Amino acid sequence: MTGKSNGWGNPVVYLAALLLIGVMLGPVVYIILGGFRTNSQITTDPAGLPGPWVTGNYTDVMTSDVFWRQAGNSTVAALATTMGVVALGVMASYALARYRFRGRAAMYALFASGLMFPVTVAITPLYLLVKELGLVNTLPGVILPQIAFGLPTTIIILVPFLRAIPKEIEEAAAIDRCSRLGFFWRMVLPLSVPGLITVGILAFVNSWNSYLLPLFILNEQDGFTLPLGVQAFSSQYSVDTAKVLAFTSLSMIPALIFFSLFERRIVGGLTGAVKG
Amino acid sequence: MTSTTVTRDGAGVATPAPLRPRRRGIGWAQRLEITVLTGPALLMFVGFVIFPVLLAGYYGFYRWKGFGVPTDFVGFDNYVTIVQDALFHEALWHNGQIVVLSLVLQGPIALVLALLLNQRMRGQSIIRVLIFVPYVIAEVIVATAWSLMLQTNGAVNDVLRSVGLDRLAHDWLADPGLAIWTLMLILTWKYVGFAVILFLAGMQNIPDELREAAAVDGASYWQTQRRITLPLLGPTIRIWAFLSIIGALQLFDLVYIIWGQYVASTAGTSTMATYMVSEGRNAGNYGYGNAVAVVLFFISMIIALVYQRFVLRRDALPEGRS
Repeated sequence: MTGKSNGWGNPVVYLAALLLIGVMLGPVVYIILGGFRTNSQITTDPAGLPGPWVTGNYTDVMTSDVFWRQAGNSTVAALATTMGVVALGVMASYALARYRFRGRAAMYALFASGLMFPVTVAITPLYLLVKELGLVNTLPGVILPQIAFGLPTTIIILVPFLRAIPKEIEEAAAIDRCSRLGFFWRMVLPLSVPGLITVGILAFVNSWNSYLLPLFILNEQDGFTLPLGVQAFSSQYSVDTAKVLAFTSLSMIPALIFFSLFERRIVGGLTGAVKG
Repeated sequence: MTSTTVTRDGAGVATPAPLRPRRRGIGWAQRLEITVLTGPALLMFVGFVIFPVLLAGYYGFYRWKGFGVPTDFVGFDNYVTIVQDALFHEALWHNGQIVVLSLVLQGPIALVLALLLNQRMRGQSIIRVLIFVPYVIAEVIVATAWSLMLQTNGAVNDVLRSVGLDRLAHDWLADPGLAIWTLMLILTWKYVGFAVILFLAGMQNIPDELREAAAVDGASYWQTQRRITLPLLGPTIRIWAFLSIIGALQLFDLVYIIWGQYVASTAGTSTMATYMVSEGRNAGNYGYGNAVAVVLFFISMIIALVYQRFVLRRDALPEGRS
């Protein structure tokens, strides 16, 4: 708030910000650059830059079946989870936001209570339930619980969003003999696309990164998602650090791309949800 | 969270009309619509979130290897074992440390960073994106990167030695006295960006007029922050603290991936969740694992309820909203 006339402000602030960015991005840069080095480079100079740059690690990973199979599994799980969360979430949120019925507040509180209990608490019985359903070692065994655990955040973000749609639009639609479900389909869904993108991205990134649930449900390497794959790969090739770094680096790209494309929406959605 | 959101629920209604404008009940058609709209979500949520928690309560009373129907009913034996197990005490103690240290470390750091980034400066939006990156990266990747960097001859010690800080180079991961601090370092790195983003969003909702008025009255920068920004940021800080506490109680991924098989006994970083997995699933004692899940559930729930009752309650007023 120094209010310099050139609008640049205090140079100390920039220095601190630069330092901060260095600390926050250091490990990420370490992973990416490490993939371009050889193991002997990493051993002799652990914090150094690639010299010379080698691309062999990355091309090895990118030509391996394992990586692509696991990337495929992660993609299927993340897309299916996203679609499920968004579809079920927007339907329930619409009812919670724009219908008045007995038990509405209780239903909202029930979903909201889910925020307090991440998957950790339920994982042991959840695994047994999934086993009972015969879904162990299948992607649906991961997808269905992920949809359920994604609903609380989704509903908390979407309900205020849907409630903000002006009543006049609904009344106009009613005059045009549009039923409430028709209104939902023709007006609410198109109007709520920004909110749906926010919750969709959150669901996608959460699924892409999820570890504990796949750890319990998926026990065969062919069925692994990337987080399990990264861990398996790094214990399997524990001596080949450079290749582990290349594998790790490639597996974080989709989440980073999604995040950088939709950063504003993710941050806005999260802060909106938290502030209620 | 429940209480604030529920108030929001009430306060956010567009028109402050009387509670029930049309008291003729809802017709069956509308009831059907509500069922169709909420049914699938309710079914999934109850089936995969609520039901498993109840199941854990049931299985927790059995000695059971996870096959067939549990028959060996042992009453509260599993719970007695948990309460008496020194390994569980240790895990609980670590969780307690992580809860407190997360608040004490991340809170002030995030506040300072948010104040810093709340200054008028170029490139603010790009900085916000970049400090949020660690939060978006998978725990597995964070764990892999840090465990490589923190090895005795890894990048961190290498950098420390090259700048002449040899005495700061440690065996970060394997030294049980140090491991919890290493874990805190990694946790702070990963989650502080989330706190900063929340605080910044909160700060930007504080009207500029308040700060301008303070400046007119001759308040210094720090006085303004202390007397105006911090108090008005209270609701945001309290919600963040709540999320941080719940997350710290349930911490699993990072610990399990970095310390892996050592976690159970000697690494000095075991948590209730890693105890649950290693004593339950990995040991094949599913009855016992479920009992641990129940304990974890109740500890989290009691802390959440107490926190809501005594800390968040004051935010359940319109002024808590932005």
